[in-house]
Amino acid sequence: MNATFYVASIVAVLTTMLVITRTHVVHALLYLVVSLLALALVFYTLGAPFAAALEVIVYAGAIVVLFVFVVMMLNLGSQSAHRERRWMTPATWLGPGLFSAVLLGELIYSLYVGLPGREGVNVVPSRLVGMTLFGPYVLAVELASMLLLAGLVGAYHLGRREHLQH
Amino acid sequence: MPVANVALNQALLLAAVLFTLGLLGLLVRRNVIMMLVSLEIMLNAAGLAFVVAGSRWQQADGQIMFILILSLAAAEVAVGLALALQFYHRFHTLDADAASELRG
Repeated sequence: MNATFYVASIVAVLTTMLVITRTHVVHALLYLVVSLLALALVFYTLGAPFAAALEVIVYAGAIVVLFVFVVMMLNLGSQSAHRERRWMTPATWLGPGLFSAVLLGELIYSLYVGLPGREGVNVVPSRLVGMTLFGPYVLAVELASMLLLAGLVGAYHLGRREHLQH
Repeated sequence: MPVANVALNQALLLAAVLFTLGLLGLLVRRNVIMMLVSLEIMLNAAGLAFVVAGSRWQQADGQIMFILILSLAAAEVAVGLALALQFYHRFHTLDADAASELRG
């Protein structure tokens, strides 16, 4: 478990450093995805499988897609196909691909060699998380839903196009 | 549990390093979208600290705090990206220094 944790955290730190130093937003987002996947693996080795799944689904799956959508919306132009071809050079995807390969190797290793939870790691099962979430924390769930509704309304209001003519 | 304790210290160190990297990116970068990405990194590091603490004491509260941070990050990034779109349409750049028009 320890080696898995260390390798995943090293990958997370390295890719985060690459995220904040890339000049191109799309390259930074590629490294951000790998950093979030590495952090999901860290959660998994820490005995939090539900948080690991949420990290992959919500962060790497939804939030990064929002970023990519906005980047694509801002880069509308006739030369976008040429630019897209230029982005897809091997130098662009080689770094994130290598880090993802390391993470995949770790995942396969932990699936076949040993699951965490046998070497003194406290696994918090997702059933306990769900029962606590809708037991004592149900008010926090309602508050989070109101926050998401406020975010939805705010994003819709700010994103209107006729708002910017004046 | 010495193994879990070592993992606790190292994982908290990882959370601190990630938070500092996010803060550094927020202070250094002037691209609005990159500043939002740095905010995401910082929120993620805070969630990692919660998950580590919950895993150490075998309580579900840490992961619940992580879920709340997750929904906060989702709402924040939706509003922030809408603001970034408005920013680009108004100033035709993503440089945050272009918006230094607020003078008292």
